[in-house]
Amino acid sequence: MPLSDSQNARDARLRVPQTPPIETALMTSKSNSNALKVFPRRHLLTCDGLSANEINFLLDLADKSADHIRRNGKKRDVLAGRTLINLFFESSTRTQASFEMAGKRLDADVMNMNVATSSVTKGETLIDTAVTLNAMRPDIIVVRHHAAGAVELLSQKVDCSVINAGDGAHQHPTQALLDALTIRRAKGRVAGLTVAICGDILHSRVARSNINVLNALGAHVRLIAPSTLLPSSPERLGCEVFTDMWKGIEGVDIVMMLRLQRERMDASYVPSSREFFHFFGLDQEKLARAKPDALVMHPGPMNRGVEIASTVADHSRSVIREQVEMGVAVRMAVLEALSAHLPSFKDIAE
Amino acid sequence: MSKAIEKPMSVGKATVFINARLVDPATNRDEPGGLLVKDGVIADLGSHLRRNAPEGATVIDCNGHVLAPGLIDAQVFTGEPGYEHRETLKTASHAAAAGGVTTIVVMPETNPVIDQVSLVDFIQRRARDNALVHVHTMAAMTKGLKGEEMTEIGLLKRAGAIAFSNGKSSIVNTRVMRNVLSYAKDFNALVVHHTEDPYLSGSGSMNSGEIAARLGLPGTSKIAETITLERDVRLVEMTGGRYHAATISCQESLDVVRAAKAKKLPVTCGVSINHLTLNENDIGSYRTFFKVRPPLRREEDRMAMVQAVANGDIDVIVSSHDPQDADTKRRPFSEAADGAVGLETLLSAALRLVHSGDVTLSAMLKALTINPARLLGLHSGRLAKGAIADLLLFDPGEPWVVNKDLLRSRSKNTPFDEAKMQGRVLRTMVAGQTVYEYAGVERT
Repeated sequence: MPLSDSQNARDARLRVPQTPPIETALMTSKSNSNALKVFPRRHLLTCDGLSANEINFLLDLADKSADHIRRNGKKRDVLAGRTLINLFFESSTRTQASFEMAGKRLDADVMNMNVATSSVTKGETLIDTAVTLNAMRPDIIVVRHHAAGAVELLSQKVDCSVINAGDGAHQHPTQALLDALTIRRAKGRVAGLTVAICGDILHSRVARSNINVLNALGAHVRLIAPSTLLPSSPERLGCEVFTDMWKGIEGVDIVMMLRLQRERMDASYVPSSREFFHFFGLDQEKLARAKPDALVMHPGPMNRGVEIASTVADHSRSVIREQVEMGVAVRMAVLEALSAHLPSFKDIAE
Repeated sequence: MSKAIEKPMSVGKATVFINARLVDPATNRDEPGGLLVKDGVIADLGSHLRRNAPEGATVIDCNGHVLAPGLIDAQVFTGEPGYEHRETLKTASHAAAAGGVTTIVVMPETNPVIDQVSLVDFIQRRARDNALVHVHTMAAMTKGLKGEEMTEIGLLKRAGAIAFSNGKSSIVNTRVMRNVLSYAKDFNALVVHHTEDPYLSGSGSMNSGEIAARLGLPGTSKIAETITLERDVRLVEMTGGRYHAATISCQESLDVVRAAKAKKLPVTCGVSINHLTLNENDIGSYRTFFKVRPPLRREEDRMAMVQAVANGDIDVIVSSHDPQDADTKRRPFSEAADGAVGLETLLSAALRLVHSGDVTLSAMLKALTINPARLLGLHSGRLAKGAIADLLLFDPGEPWVVNKDLLRSRSKNTPFDEAKMQGRVLRTMVAGQTVYEYAGVERT
């Protein structure tokens, strides 16, 4: 099967049938050959450059995990004996819990580092922290950091696998993967769908990762935001750009709302929550312009009445809860795929 | 949002102006003719109406005087709300009517500052109930005019704000200015900016130069105006926001605007009537009625401004009507407030430029009618069939002397007190209704 890079991904996705299910990779930790071939990466740092094949491989894996969990299947021992460190320099509830849950469902030993009360506040640099942790020989580190590029920097200093759980306004790969999985399960496909990403694009790592993944899978991506919340040259990211939500939401299959990140704003980007909700918040009226079967998504946590109305957030077309559910499944898939690259215990013994 | 729609119109009753000199800069019309007003709009106009009045219409014989679109003044300060002892919307509108001004744009620099939807509503309602002329609201573009946080530009525009201004102060924080321009662009809102670097102008109270040196007054350098303008033009280039420099006052600023226009940027500029007709020498011995902002400049700068009106580089002339009372004006020069009233003398003062031969009547009226109309998106400011009957009849030759005590404005701080003028308003009509008529020239 030809591997397609992200530029040609849209065409490739239309031609190439979905990656066949990889059953062996799911149920046993020993059959890693497929994972090594299709997903030849040690870290998951960014969605930029992920091919459709790689993404679909992860989504197929996650799909099965999700079904397995829904059937109340037992936890699997893929990561038995492995150590997973959750290293969160920025507070997080849902992502950290989701990774912890994913690790535990795969029988890893999960350690949560509460960085806010650790040596970091005593002035230790990121690299010193990395070197210190590396000396403890973990297998996988999940990192969230407030600075873009910090996770990649850390990954260069450690021997284990690193998963980016969000770095500044750069990337949040597992979020984009879980969004893609949610869409694929609800719509049966991603290719050819029109997805509107709305709100604070400028400060959003979720938006950047989603643009990469959705484009790679052949979706049409629209960005909807006031000019003050768009990065410069947004159209160069492979998206159609709208500053008028009423026009931008017209006929879309998916409405993906983003959280207005007030904590990342250092000047007046939008005048008030009221005005933002009026022109860029998702309510029934604006949603009515999307396709009748359009789905509503939000990465959470939601600001009700700022970017999304409660009537919409709790609507039957909202798949916000499914996103959380798929989050665990996708993170399990990523852990599993990366673990294929860890030296096996047998290798070490020899 | 035109207030005139709600105004009672002279329904059914027609008025015809005959024997007029029709001057309409929008269509380059300057010819003898007549004009028929019906139901508050211009029903017909042209040379065929010069002598022939339709049956049953009230006839106004213009005696060959100029009939032009009513003036649009894009910068008027009032005292309502907050300083009603200086001016109310009502008194300002009476002054406007007497000056041939049929539309005024009132500035947000009141107390409280017009930075909320409810306050725009308040102005619109008060104007509807009390004003003789059309009143449009310029809303603040930053909360409290502090230059820090953007106002609700989208909602304010929907409530009727015609444009956005930061009053008499510039936004110093470049990032805020960029965000305002960028955000305003999404709503196609016009940003009107007073350009002055406050750090550079400091405590300056008049133009920096020889006179300031002799008078021992702290000076405000022209460059304080030009630097901010240059910065703004860069931001316009970056964001694409529509930008209007409220009142420029010197050659250097003009150069910046010309360069921006050459690049096809959405940049326009205005000038106040004071800077077209007065210079720093008029300050004489600390006459505070000549203290305005930007300060009166040198004669060379005034001439540059006049030429720019003549050739169209300056788009808009404003009165910058700014009522101040004795409390704020009868003070040592450096402590006195800036500002001069100007609505009632706007046309007569502008005619000075025409009489001196520096500007054609058409170019002068253009900057007071169709140009501000286009800038603000108004449908008035032109003589055309179907256009609202906002009209100005004036005698360009009638001599008179300004007497500040006869001004309708509640404040009398005119720099033209006892000035000899040539040309005066005979009649002002707003949406087909006469709102001012010069008592000495009753000719129906």
